[in-house]
Amino acid sequence: MNIFVILKQTFDTEEKISIQNGKIAEDGVKFIINPYDEYAVEEALRQKEQLGGSVTVVSVGPARVAEALRTALAMGADEAVLIQNDDSESDEFTISSLLAAYFRDQAFDLILGGYFSVDNGAGQTAVRLARLLDIPHASAITHLQITSNHATVNRDAEGDTETIEIRLPALFTAQQGLNEPRYPSLPGIMKAKKKPFLTLEQQQLNGIEAEIAPKTVRTALSLPAERKSGRILQGTIQEQTVELVHLLRNEDKVI
Amino acid sequence: MGNTYVIVAETKGGRLRQVSLEAIHAAALASHEEDKRIALLLGHQLKEAADELARYTEVILIDHPDLASYQAEIYFAALTQALDPIQPYAVIFGHTAIGRDLAPQIAAHLNAGQISDVTAISGSGDAIAYTRPLYAGKAFENRQFSSSPQVITIRPNNIAPAQPASTSSSITELSYTPSTSLRSVIKEVVSKSAGRIDLTEAKVVVSGGRGVKSKAGFQPLEELAEVLQGAVGASRGACDAGYCDYSLQIGQTGKVVTPEIYIACGISGAIQHLAGMSQSRIIIAINKDPEAPIFKVADYGIVGDLFEVVPILAEEFRKLLCAPN
Repeated sequence: MNIFVILKQTFDTEEKISIQNGKIAEDGVKFIINPYDEYAVEEALRQKEQLGGSVTVVSVGPARVAEALRTALAMGADEAVLIQNDDSESDEFTISSLLAAYFRDQAFDLILGGYFSVDNGAGQTAVRLARLLDIPHASAITHLQITSNHATVNRDAEGDTETIEIRLPALFTAQQGLNEPRYPSLPGIMKAKKKPFLTLEQQQLNGIEAEIAPKTVRTALSLPAERKSGRILQGTIQEQTVELVHLLRNEDKVI
Repeated sequence: MGNTYVIVAETKGGRLRQVSLEAIHAAALASHEEDKRIALLLGHQLKEAADELARYTEVILIDHPDLASYQAEIYFAALTQALDPIQPYAVIFGHTAIGRDLAPQIAAHLNAGQISDVTAISGSGDAIAYTRPLYAGKAFENRQFSSSPQVITIRPNNIAPAQPASTSSSITELSYTPSTSLRSVIKEVVSKSAGRIDLTEAKVVVSGGRGVKSKAGFQPLEELAEVLQGAVGASRGACDAGYCDYSLQIGQTGKVVTPEIYIACGISGAIQHLAGMSQSRIIIAINKDPEAPIFKVADYGIVGDLFEVVPILAEEFRKLLCAPN
């Protein structure tokens, strides 16, 4: 079973966001594996433990992303591939095009990714990739079982659970509840240093020409207006609730 | 000749979703007067929804038993059968479970850029800017297309819905030729949300945190949500503790909600949770701890035990909403 995980490095979710020179400031920020991608890594490892084969983690991004890939290796992935891309203006069109070019030269049975990234939140790249590779996909899965060349998945669709049977090769995106990701062990961290780590320049990918310029562009960046602390209501609980209902109806006019 | 903007409309339980009317308005905001706007409706037995949709804009209807419920491959096949002859300039979806899944497929198929989860549209002419959140709302960006075709998903509850026209537009039925090479099949759907209002579309969200203490602790929250015709959500803490399903989670990992009223019960207000709800119009916090960070973003705070406050609150709303004006 050739299992691949597409992985993105994101800001730690506890980071506050600030803007410097029109860009999101990255100084001193702690980076992590995108939490949804971490479920994908964990699931890949569990499938490999049951079915054999190998797990390769793939990312597109700047050099710092190597750290996230090393973490995945320390969790137990076998190989890592970093497709170098320093262009912070890249959009999902660019990223999925680069990934598709890479995967067209690979033999794969299963590609796993996160449902969306907690930074950009667009949720496009994995599904675009499935379409570009013309393989079936299911997004937001909470369970995965593989029998020979079929996968049975549960997916979360606005609270409903769908059970889908899909022929491999296929791509799945991981939703919360799929599993509980393991921590890298100390021996895992030591072993990770010796595992294959391939860095690819975009020019080394087949079929990638100049035509991967992004199709969307950021024109402004801002922070949300700070919310002011409101009123802490006073009196007995009964008095407070009566006042609250009164305020919502007569001042805010939302009821 | 103008460009064609296609709105992919959605139904739930046979009824048109509010977000689809918002998408029609989004198309109007993004397009010029001379552009053509068509709503595309896929599903089965949707005559009524199509009629309603035609009050807003021209409709193309694909009605087929295979489209009775969403399946990625089948919907993609049906949608491309409709879209390819049209050669749309833009395709607009709701940022819903279906839109999130279908839009990137269409974007890849059309070799198009996509701007996801749009909360506002501004500008005119060739300089239409789409506002969208980053880091679940810790920042916002304006994004523009540098090429066409364009694919857009809009977040429910943020763009005003379209207003019906005085006369109905045409409904054109298109046939769907089922694909013979399906690689996926839906075996079962367990509906946990039947009759429920979707979290991301709800006007009122009642959310519980660790303070609800147990699965049963969500009961008063559900009753309050019912009175207000809202939906129940949760913080990560409540999900991790096993009090509720992860599909209810609101936050940077989880769903982002922007209701009119957000009622946070027993939620302390971690930065990740605040990211997912701080764009709500009115935030109400109920917490025993007066120092809880949630009070810093709340419009109204009640310091008290949610198990005492929530039932009284439900009763007060019930009195108000059931009373004749």
